[in-house]
Amino acid sequence: MAVITDAICSLCGSLCDDITVTVEDNKITSVERACILGRNKFVGMFLHDRIESPMIRKNGELVDVSYEEAIEEAGKILANSKRTLSYGWCSTSCEAISKAIQLAEETKSLFDSTANVCHGPSALAVQEKGGPAATLGVVKNRADLMVFWGCNPAHAHPRHMSRYSPFSTGSFRQKGRKDTKMVVIDVRKTDTAKLADKYVQLEPGTDYLYLSAIRSAVNGHEDVIPDKVAGVPKEDIIEVANMLKDAKFSCIFYGMGVTQSRSKYKNGDMVSSLISDLNQHSKSVMIGMRGHYNVTGFGQVATWETGFPMAIDFTRGTAYYNPGETGANDVLTRGDVDAAIIAAADAGAHFPQDSIKYLAKIPVIQIDPYANPTTEVADVVFPAAVVGVEAEGTAYRMDGISLRMKKLIDTKFKTDEEITSDLIQKVREIKRGA
Amino acid sequence: MSELLIKNAVVCDPLNNINCEKMDLSVKDGKIVESVSSAAKLIDAGGKLTMAGGFDGHTHCAGKINVGRFMSPHDMRMNPIPGLSGKVAPTATTRAQVGYNTPNTFAIGYRYSKLGYTTITEAAIPILAARHTHEEFESIPILDKLGLTLFSSNWQVMEYIRDNEPDKLAAYVAWALRSSRGYGIKIVNPGGGEAWGWAKNVSGLDDPVPNFDVTPAQILLALAEANEKLNLPHSIHIHCNNLGKPGNYETTIASMKLLENVKTSRDRQAVHVTHVQFNAYAGTGWRDFETGAPMVADYINGANHLTFDLGMAMFGPAMTMTADGPLEYANSRLLHAKWSNQDVELEEASGVVPVTYSSKNFVNAVQWAIGQELALLVKDPWKVMFTTDSPNGGTFVNYPEAYTLLMSAKKRAEIIEGLPELAIGRMALPGIDRELDLYELAIMTRAIQSKMYGMATKGNLGVGADADIAIYDINPDSIDTSVEHEAVKKAFSGTAYTIKSGEIIVKDGEIAATPEGKTYWVNATVPKATEDAMMVNLVQKFKRYYSVNMANYMVEDAYLPHPVEIKTEAI
Repeated sequence: MAVITDAICSLCGSLCDDITVTVEDNKITSVERACILGRNKFVGMFLHDRIESPMIRKNGELVDVSYEEAIEEAGKILANSKRTLSYGWCSTSCEAISKAIQLAEETKSLFDSTANVCHGPSALAVQEKGGPAATLGVVKNRADLMVFWGCNPAHAHPRHMSRYSPFSTGSFRQKGRKDTKMVVIDVRKTDTAKLADKYVQLEPGTDYLYLSAIRSAVNGHEDVIPDKVAGVPKEDIIEVANMLKDAKFSCIFYGMGVTQSRSKYKNGDMVSSLISDLNQHSKSVMIGMRGHYNVTGFGQVATWETGFPMAIDFTRGTAYYNPGETGANDVLTRGDVDAAIIAAADAGAHFPQDSIKYLAKIPVIQIDPYANPTTEVADVVFPAAVVGVEAEGTAYRMDGISLRMKKLIDTKFKTDEEITSDLIQKVREIKRGA
Repeated sequence: MSELLIKNAVVCDPLNNINCEKMDLSVKDGKIVESVSSAAKLIDAGGKLTMAGGFDGHTHCAGKINVGRFMSPHDMRMNPIPGLSGKVAPTATTRAQVGYNTPNTFAIGYRYSKLGYTTITEAAIPILAARHTHEEFESIPILDKLGLTLFSSNWQVMEYIRDNEPDKLAAYVAWALRSSRGYGIKIVNPGGGEAWGWAKNVSGLDDPVPNFDVTPAQILLALAEANEKLNLPHSIHIHCNNLGKPGNYETTIASMKLLENVKTSRDRQAVHVTHVQFNAYAGTGWRDFETGAPMVADYINGANHLTFDLGMAMFGPAMTMTADGPLEYANSRLLHAKWSNQDVELEEASGVVPVTYSSKNFVNAVQWAIGQELALLVKDPWKVMFTTDSPNGGTFVNYPEAYTLLMSAKKRAEIIEGLPELAIGRMALPGIDRELDLYELAIMTRAIQSKMYGMATKGNLGVGADADIAIYDINPDSIDTSVEHEAVKKAFSGTAYTIKSGEIIVKDGEIAATPEGKTYWVNATVPKATEDAMMVNLVQKFKRYYSVNMANYMVEDAYLPHPVEIKTEAI
């Protein structure tokens, strides 16, 4: 029996690094301190069916094949494709992402992450206005006002509030929750909202209007605010603006309610502008609530290796970036790629109907530990080790801090990194042969 | 390994007192040797200028630069210096390249190599984010790297200073260098980062840091003492308070004076003051803004305890990035520019803001002059390290342009002619006729770095040195560098050969090979009892205030595939 302390949970962007795991006979028998989502990740491989073998679709059915046969088939698809979409790579290590970028560059593919249907607009907002942020520990130690906007950590990031935000304690917040005001801004009264000192309910799609009104109040232009904005009375808007101004340190945590609602990246642009305004009065920062545990790492690695965080098109040889044209769903809905490789993310479950219909028409290579809706449209399937449980590697927390995930148990499955390296070799071999 | 014989090289090697003398260089197993066998591969340098590989002693190449990349897709397409910027398709040996001020990691390696550089120093590593820096180091091909670890607003540091615990302070610094795999102590706007935690700043050396009851002056003095106690190869490396503000030359001189009596443990400077251009401003505001370089240079000419670097500002777009968080916020408000910020718990602040230095803007024009004035008014080149604080004052691919400004009064005069009259009256540059020669340039771009960082195998071509060699396509015997500045610029923009550890990596301005570089770091040891006592305090910090467990904090060996560990022992 081995007890592994300080294990890192590879489920969400909180990347909790205080987990104690007990391993007996190469099985995880106990998980301490993880939330329910994290616990299921750690023990998932014993609860759910894994993809046991590489598979190739023959006559409409996925049938087991050898690893070499699957690599051969996938290599052919990639080598013959004029333009491949390489998508996902967010529930895997930075080392695998780096290899995936090399594969995309060599095959002149499009390369995109789950941010395409999540925090992509946040990246665009940073490109417009910048991202004034801080590490989570800064918030834990200093923030006397925490705002959760369009996000619901009670369910999506269950330990966030106790480790980093209102229910944590810190140097200038020795009493934790008592030293901190909590505001939730959301269209629904979520379970997070129920914990707040102040809940603001917006009419759906009005975040931009509300943000504009808050900025007007913060900047001393209360007179231009109408009696009601976004369904919120003026007094209420001024109250929240004053809370922000009067705080010594405020942090706005924002989620997909901000990024994927009406006005999209302009909402994030407005949050960033508000943070800049607020720093005239007192300290304020913003942090995106990232979902997949290493979607932040995808953005980091892609940025240092290609210059861009997502939606990268290598068709011309060099990296070309034009989200709206080169994003995963942009090319799928236009029918602008002729093959796809989908790894460490589930397009089948999260993409719009039109995109999935198109995926069903083209050859799809999947790399994943588990069968999921993407498997239904896949033509070659590689089972992979679960990174953070069966393989080590680097991941970035939602605040941009990277940590080294541990290998907790042995596995027969190859890692994403190994499979991708083998694909690179195979494509080179085929192209050289041709 | 193979041998190499470079014949007919006109060698400029200040550390060995060789000033453009024709000689042969022998290389074996990646090192300069006395002689090689007849089987050695032969390179005929044909009388071309030959120097040790360039050594950038202060650049932002890994870590924070990624924030700059992330927020500036516009930079990726910029191509003002074809061959050294913009998008370049991959080849059989190279990966795809993008960018100008914030190029991707591959481009950083290739482009520095083309300029003849073989070693670079990342100027700012936050300890908690050090793993990220080393990931980018690993991704930058060819070059050897080292990085400076930030201690500017560190709680553990400030508490030990407040509690007068110099031994524990040294023990913590040693631990943090090991944790971050850093090479030396960097101090940025001491105390200012902590004040920025409350959207404030410190106003000077004696302004106490909120809640910590220490002053910036105390931070500088205590860390200088710890630096010497640990016998570190480099001195403390400081970015002074009040950077970027008119009138700050006084703070700069006061900071330098403060450290006059530091007793050094090694034969090197007691302090290195960085990118002084940004800290040599006179005037009381932007209206009466003028150069403070003559006053700063005057002080440096009379001082013997310091080195400094220029932080030259070059006209055109740049990207500012620094651990000086309050400065970047001020920049963004002043320029109405986009602003990214990243405060790091218990340790640092930081920010990134794009800027453009315009020759039509009087302040920018004076900034452009100040960096050059510092280089030319300080008499002893062994005190001066060439930098643009890349990409803060301009990205490193502008270095050839910057060299020619320092080497040609004629070129400077041509540019000054087109500057706003208001600016010309506020600078000292028009009255300076000094021109650097190739020997002085070699001191400022490779030799002083070797001394400053205590790296005897770098920055020179003596027997035993690393075979990092740059051969430039100009003939020192026949070229007049003060007149033929275009030819000089061209030669320094793409070497005839760059050789790294004995391997030809650039030939005729093109990348020929892309080996992986090494990472240098310092492992300083202190008595175990001191370390144990320090750890008692540090463990509490992790338990109560860090958001990362101690066990997951230190950079693991996996992130340094080619480490070079420099060991020191506390005195």
